[in-house]
Amino acid sequence: MEVGRLPISASLRGKLISAGYTTFASLSSLSHSDLARDLKIPESEALEILKAASLNCGLDKPDKSNVIVNGAQTAWEMLHEEQSFPRITTSSSDLDNILGGGINCKEVTEIGGLPGIGKTQMGIQLAVNVQIPVDLGGLGGKAVYVDTEGSFMVERALQIAKASIVEMSNYTELLKKKNRVCQVDIQPTDILDNIFYFRICTYTEQIALINYLDKFILEHKDVKIVIVDSVTFHFRQDFEDLALRTRLLGGMALKLMNLAKKYNLAVVIFNQATTKYVEGSFQLSLALGDSWSHCCTNRVILHWNGDERNAYLDKSPSLRSASASFSVTSEGIRNSASNHKRIKLM
Amino acid sequence: MANKLINQMGLPKYIANVFTARNITTAKEALSLTEFELMEVLDVNLAEVTSAIARISEITCPPYQTVLSLMEQQVQKEHNGGHLSTRLKGLDDALCGGIPFGVLTELVGPAGIGKTQFCLKLALLASLPEAYGGLDGRVIYIDVESKFSSRRMIEIGSKSFPEIFHKKGMAQEMAGRILVMRPTSLSEFTESLQKLKISLLQNHVKLLIIDSMAALVAGEQGQGAPRQHLLGWHISFIKSLAEFSRIPIVVTNQVRSQIRDEACQYSFQVQNREKALHEHTEYDSHLVAALGIHWAHAVTIRLVLDSKSGKRFIKLAKSPISPPLALRST
Repeated sequence: MEVGRLPISASLRGKLISAGYTTFASLSSLSHSDLARDLKIPESEALEILKAASLNCGLDKPDKSNVIVNGAQTAWEMLHEEQSFPRITTSSSDLDNILGGGINCKEVTEIGGLPGIGKTQMGIQLAVNVQIPVDLGGLGGKAVYVDTEGSFMVERALQIAKASIVEMSNYTELLKKKNRVCQVDIQPTDILDNIFYFRICTYTEQIALINYLDKFILEHKDVKIVIVDSVTFHFRQDFEDLALRTRLLGGMALKLMNLAKKYNLAVVIFNQATTKYVEGSFQLSLALGDSWSHCCTNRVILHWNGDERNAYLDKSPSLRSASASFSVTSEGIRNSASNHKRIKLM
Repeated sequence: MANKLINQMGLPKYIANVFTARNITTAKEALSLTEFELMEVLDVNLAEVTSAIARISEITCPPYQTVLSLMEQQVQKEHNGGHLSTRLKGLDDALCGGIPFGVLTELVGPAGIGKTQFCLKLALLASLPEAYGGLDGRVIYIDVESKFSSRRMIEIGSKSFPEIFHKKGMAQEMAGRILVMRPTSLSEFTESLQKLKISLLQNHVKLLIIDSMAALVAGEQGQGAPRQHLLGWHISFIKSLAEFSRIPIVVTNQVRSQIRDEACQYSFQVQNREKALHEHTEYDSHLVAALGIHWAHAVTIRLVLDSKSGKRFIKLAKSPISPPLALRST
């Protein structure tokens, strides 16, 4: 029934149907005062119904332009767009290579792993790297860091910011030798000032924040990355109604995707690891279940390979699955070197 | 924040009334429903639901801070930039000053390695006056296994800080700041935690030690569910306690032996399983920390106490501030 599609309240819809208006055609030739009299509702409400109906009608008829369906883009335009946006580097070139250059804007990337593997480190590194100026090949943007576990440590952010500035100055020196001029005059405190930090303590706050981000980013247009560390924590604390959990997570994933597309920013969410019984044995996998694993566009799993940290690109719409090793140093995420191995427990 | 009442959020009167009429009173209830469900339940159109949700979300959402202002707050207001010095130089340097405030620090090690001794020393350090590098505050020591020995603590104090302890009455005052609780069951522990939340700030408590976390679940009946799920609520409660009161919380944990077939690989690693099994027995030892993955995620800093050929080590196994390292300790 066509009127079932209208975004009006249930009782208004009920009145429409009982008065016999089931299709848009039946509403098209009516004036709002006639409708109001017929349904015994105020004229303002009748006007609303007619407006909604005409909008819906508009969607069915194609626009007289080159685009056959309203709101679509050709694949060629999309390719151009993709190529014009730089990716956010992770500071490890091996890792950047398997990611096609870095974290992509307009997409949601999920990064998961065991505790202590370096997820928060990656998050802080990305929050700093998004601020690399455009002259040096970065995005020159700001970051939103959503902390649900309390694992963000300010001292570490300062360390990584300082190391990043040293790298940037080295790079500008290199560019000067090639006669390209650019000035980098950033202080570590400036970098810290461009990271917006939210501390979330319950899943309700998490949902509220993701709803609010739409307005926040409208007011802070230079935010180019949203990092959620981690999306799992509050949803794992004895959530009795698993169906509700799946619905809420699905809703959140959709909103994050919309955010990424609308404002052209990268969304990176962190997930925890859990064990799963598969094919007769226990295996590690990322938490939140199978339905969640469909929600994100890209998926990277951080894991231990012997004593080295590895990243495995598990899911991507355009890149092949590949593994790369990296390390966490006092300066942040870097390519792996021989002296940054895992500590043995005993 | 989640329990904020909708009728106090400044929504337009008629929408607020509709929410109340349908028995949706808190932000939590409103945000747990999708927009279409709300349309059905409240009998209003989509545009109004969207704007109501946007308003509720904006108010429920906690305020933001830039990381710079976070750092300035920490440096100005807190002792030693938000750290409790352990007096072990290598460890303090690695941790940017000492055990950080506001997060969980875990001590893991086999029995008899010295976890309780380390806790006693930390308790003492926190009770010292600021002039001697302490936090000048009370310490709450939750002693599950009845290992706390005040005699031993005063002995440590006299040896490490003779200038303070030989002054008259100081030993009594320092020891008087350390409150020992001995819960006999998980439910008693839960109750004490809840009472603690209120009294923490009032009583100038500057450090909370739980010795040991693993022992709390050891005595509980399993009932099929794995034991670590029993601690689900406690984990988030203790973390939020640490953060709101900005105190360090130190928890000790035991070790258990690793089951041979234990989950240690992802599905994409399984192809190399044969080879990997061989390698694994070389790298991983037979002992792991107890309480499972979920607990390991919740802990921010993990210190592993170990001994090899008679020498004791403290290893920094998980830390957001520094790479893993091992230090000799006495």
